Amino acid sequence: MASEGGEKPEVGSNQVAVKKGKGWVVPLLRVVAFLATLAATIVMAMNKETKTIVVAVIGSTPINATLTAKFQHTPAFVFFVIANAMASFHSLLMLVVECFGNKFDFKGLRLLLIPILDMMIVALVAAGEGGAVFMGELGRHGNSHARWNKICDKFESFCDHGAGAFIASFVGLILLMIINVISVLKLRNQLKTAANYSALP
Amino acid sequence: MAMAKIIPTFLLRLIALGATVSATVVMVTSHDSTTVLNLKFVAKYTNSPTFKYFALANAVASGYGLTTIFLPCKTSLWRLLLVLDLVILCLLNSSISAALAIGYVGKKGNTHAGWLPICGEVPNFCDHVNWALISGFVAAVVYFLLVLYSLHNIVNLLAGGKG
Repeated sequence: MASEGGEKPEVGSNQVAVKKGKGWVVPLLRVVAFLATLAATIVMAMNKETKTIVVAVIGSTPINATLTAKFQHTPAFVFFVIANAMASFHSLLMLVVECFGNKFDFKGLRLLLIPILDMMIVALVAAGEGGAVFMGELGRHGNSHARWNKICDKFESFCDHGAGAFIASFVGLILLMIINVISVLKLRNQLKTAANYSALP
Repeated sequence: MAMAKIIPTFLLRLIALGATVSATVVMVTSHDSTTVLNLKFVAKYTNSPTFKYFALANAVASGYGLTTIFLPCKTSLWRLLLVLDLVILCLLNSSISAALAIGYVGKKGNTHAGWLPICGEVPNFCDHVNWALISGFVAAVVYFLLVLYSLHNIVNLLAGGKG
């Protein structure tokens, strides 16, 4: 008897441990995580604001200066964009591997790679998130001790878009962590209940 | 077989504990002051919420390390330990990344935002923070190895068999 898309494989004597529909929770979470990290990437990558402010007035002609706030100006934001782009690519890849990868398995590499890559991506997104959030906080409040002025009062839209990107990335991070834990626990359950488990799925 | 597994985990946790404790202590004791035009400017770690977060995250991680260092390898709480290890890893990663970002602004400044570097005025503070960041980075790497190692204990990754 083959398992028909249930959450756990049946306890039986000859089982192919993994079939295509081994549960819908993890793929659904991966889809949402993919969308969240993709949204964070796109919102931050397109984050740009230009403002023309009057710097000085000579006689009666005002001198304008055009200031631009771009995400590339801050290395923390660049890292944020890169980390989220990699996370969304990873989510997509894992989704494809889970749904269609049962036919290709190169000496059990899949069993090895999925938890390790998941952990790495969680660590990466957490790092990107932390750095960018605190740079945003610095831009919003400034730092009076170091004489760093805040920039959010001049570039409000830039800051608001950044805040939206941070929220999306945070949602993505939480989901990636949950996905990681669930898939590791499921992996262990599958390994335990497979009786004559000699070959890898 | 159990001993071969328990020693590396204990060693890793010990190294991680040492790294987090030293990161916390070095960050908390970073202090420098400079006098410019008869005004005294003091640079402490409490001046920046990022460095406060860094010290707090490493303090939490060292407390967690102290609690779990004496746990046996095949404990019945391995699920909770896996989740908590992952959470602490994310905490450490975000704290080190944030402190590095702010430290970069402090060292090189940010010309687009008009933020001048401060390391020229308070070099002692910068050195202290530097060492704290190195320690925090070591702690983050060791915690990542720890998580991978406990994953290997659960799901025997290399052999592909039952864990």
